[in-house]
Amino acid sequence: MDLHVIGPDATADERAAVDALLGEPDSGWEGGARDAARDSRTSRGGRPAAVARRHLLLPAFHAVQDRVGWVSRGAMNYICQRLIVPPAEAWGVLTFYHLFATAPRARTVAHVCDDVACRALGGEALCRDLETALGPAGTPATNRDATWQRSPCLGQCDRAPAALVVRAGAPSTRAVVAPAASAAAVVAALPSTDAGVLGETLTELRDAVPQAGTDGIPLLARVGTVDPTSVEAYRAAGGFRALERAIVLGPAGVIAEVKAAKLQGRGGAAFPTGAKWEAVAGEAALPHYVVCNADESEPGTFKDRVLMTGDPFAIVEAMTICGIATRSERGFLYVRGEYPDAEARIAHAAAAARAAGWLGVDIAGSGHTFDLEVRRGAGAYICGEETALFNSLEGKRGEPRSKPPFPSQVGVFGKPTVVNNVETLANVLPILTSGAAAWAAAGTPQSTGTRLFCLSGHVTRPGLYEWPFGLTLGEAIARAGGVAGGRALQAVLLGGAAGVFVGPESLDVRLTMEDTRAAGLTLGSGVIVVFDDTADLPDLLGRIAEFFEHESCGQCVPCRVGTVRQRELLAQLRTGDAHARGDRLAVLTELGQAMRDASICGLGQTASSAVESAIARLHLFRAGSVS
Amino acid sequence: MKEQDLIWFRLPPPPVAVPSAPPAPARRTVTVEIDGAAVAVPQGATLLDACRAAGKDIPTLCYLETLTPVNACRVCVVEVEGARVLAPACSRTAESGMKVHTNSARVRTSRKVVLELLASSVDLSTAESLAPMLAEYGADPARFGADAATVAQPVKDDNDLYVRDYSKCVLCYKCVEACGTDAQHTFAIAVAGRGFHAHISTELDVPLPESACVYCGNCIAVCPTGALMAKPEFTLRQAGQWAPERQTVTDTICPYCGVGCTLTAHVQDERIVKVTSPLENGVTQGNLCVKGRFGFEYANVPDKARG
Repeated sequence: MDLHVIGPDATADERAAVDALLGEPDSGWEGGARDAARDSRTSRGGRPAAVARRHLLLPAFHAVQDRVGWVSRGAMNYICQRLIVPPAEAWGVLTFYHLFATAPRARTVAHVCDDVACRALGGEALCRDLETALGPAGTPATNRDATWQRSPCLGQCDRAPAALVVRAGAPSTRAVVAPAASAAAVVAALPSTDAGVLGETLTELRDAVPQAGTDGIPLLARVGTVDPTSVEAYRAAGGFRALERAIVLGPAGVIAEVKAAKLQGRGGAAFPTGAKWEAVAGEAALPHYVVCNADESEPGTFKDRVLMTGDPFAIVEAMTICGIATRSERGFLYVRGEYPDAEARIAHAAAAARAAGWLGVDIAGSGHTFDLEVRRGAGAYICGEETALFNSLEGKRGEPRSKPPFPSQVGVFGKPTVVNNVETLANVLPILTSGAAAWAAAGTPQSTGTRLFCLSGHVTRPGLYEWPFGLTLGEAIARAGGVAGGRALQAVLLGGAAGVFVGPESLDVRLTMEDTRAAGLTLGSGVIVVFDDTADLPDLLGRIAEFFEHESCGQCVPCRVGTVRQRELLAQLRTGDAHARGDRLAVLTELGQAMRDASICGLGQTASSAVESAIARLHLFRAGSVS
Repeated sequence: MKEQDLIWFRLPPPPVAVPSAPPAPARRTVTVEIDGAAVAVPQGATLLDACRAAGKDIPTLCYLETLTPVNACRVCVVEVEGARVLAPACSRTAESGMKVHTNSARVRTSRKVVLELLASSVDLSTAESLAPMLAEYGADPARFGADAATVAQPVKDDNDLYVRDYSKCVLCYKCVEACGTDAQHTFAIAVAGRGFHAHISTELDVPLPESACVYCGNCIAVCPTGALMAKPEFTLRQAGQWAPERQTVTDTICPYCGVGCTLTAHVQDERIVKVTSPLENGVTQGNLCVKGRFGFEYANVPDKARG
């Protein structure tokens, strides 16, 4: 490839950041010092090298941004030379991800959540306070090397409102402030450089999991009770027993067990996990890959965060079992950039498991090989879509691919790939240790096992709960202490922003795949955001519409333009003439149908779901009404 | 003549049996049902191929025979029985037994809304293929209101050869593909930004002369809306003098090098105003280089001035 790298060179700091990741450059062609004797008679790289290095583009951008706080043209040029990426393409990737800055900015940035759950609990007031304390969002604060900006859901809904504070440097620091009681609490966190990323103590984890330490919660059994940083403690608490059983059962035996358990995906689509594993295991093309989807970004969802910070070895173990079952030797865990604690915990757990012989070559003397790498996202909800996630891993824009072909045939790097959500993988451990039949005894015949539910909003005891499938929505809210302050329930957002709004009349719906499907609802990622009679639902709908507009990748027309029109139509409905509502609602309905039918991926297909359900079930914007 | 002198004239012995060519592999076909009529297409063909074989007209925008389908515009969606959502005909492979509806109510609604979304956000004044589509599907872009957001922005006129007016861009990805792996391998432009703010851009949006652009103009050749336009056409349109009805087209061979690219000269009032190359031409597949596409001004100089 004939690269045209024009413009400034990288600074010493920027080069050091990139070299720390990639090593020193081999030649002048790769951005090193020119050496005529060495560089003028050799030819290296070419297309195979360019293809082989491209996946390091996001890690390289992260390295520079962590060190310097933003990615300059010089830094991008150097990365392009090192990785043989055309600058225009690199720019396209850099500008796709919202956590990357392309202009100089304050060294410290507070990302403040103003999404559905935080909004219900003072997120907006916090933003107003910050505006007073630090100035408008995005502008450097006076006399302070810090700024703040609004963020979509940070996955800290159980302790809303939340902020993520990121400080560039060597080393860089990232810390979560939640609950962020006041602007002062956020401001106090801004200059701190000692706020390590190994956060979430056992006490904090017990706060997140009200059931911690009780029986009957196979997925959360160790969360808040077993030291998540100790491989010995994990082993002593039953860790790696499932992996030992998997080695005895062999790949076919493991798949048979997962199929017998009728485990379904917990990320939202509920695809049968055993069938997925079997398909990948049977593919002739090699190598196979395991991808753990930890890009949890669905507003209201925080279950994978708690699993990863509270029981990281379990995720490493489950990925290893999946690798053995599907004949994969390499795995990636793609974690969203807003989860510093989870990323650090998983990376630490993988290293500790590797050192103890539970990961890597010849796992536990079995002859099986499997290793995994943690990759960090950079602020893109769409990368939770499996094919967009593959593109992101490959160093490209997170644009979803057309399906078919499906990931089990053509996945990451064009190879057969099994991609599972964190919670789905976590379920494999109890399935193997207690046996498929015993595991599947919980729940209903069609929705087997237990399920994690993320309760937040106006509920007395927000947090992550684990219940067998089959509880009603009303029972779930009651077990979390009911509506906070004994107020009246107005609505529940079920399944996340891509889910549906229901009113009090739906409290009897059983929380199973089959019952929710029959009622035209969805469990999605297990989100239950409770809103009392004080919540401003039209305002929340506006926020959800903004969310989808912000997170659309822009590839297909129905989603790229449709999400903008949806937001505009909602604004017209809120402020416009009540008599014109019928007409606006008709346009909105037809728009929703086209987005659902003609969008490439699940984002566009579900972007109108919450809005349409609120109109249909909660009778918002009824023609002629004033609400 | 002695025996050894004849050696050069001796014919080789005739072969025992002339080997015959191996039989041609049976051409595998799949049969799909398009609007109730069965049609057989070669294995690997797309639904668009099948629809065209069945004589059904499927509108397309981001699709072009010479480029990899990106199925981004969603104008070509069709309904496959049993599928949850509609399928892009341009890229979905035909599978045996598929029952496809090309003009159902669902299909027509999606196409109409997609066209309305485009027409309400993009200046389609020079997108000649889109006006009949908007009429066919009864699209009413005005119904989103007068304040609907658009991609309107200043024209980028930063070089002597062509103009980029991204107010007219529908983001079909064709120019990016032509600049990249589907034709030119120059990679001067890519899609940058995200969502409604996604746009075609050089690195940091620098002007073309500061980018890797080699001015082959293959991006202009594939642009379906006139967002990319060669300077002579742009200038004539600005002056209100662009008159396709007064134009003739003449095929010739490029005089610059030995490749022999076919050029189509578009002549208005005895002056060449645009050069293209036929998409179906085996040599160019519609592509040219900077000389073939832009180096025609000498032909517009009057004979006597050439001496």
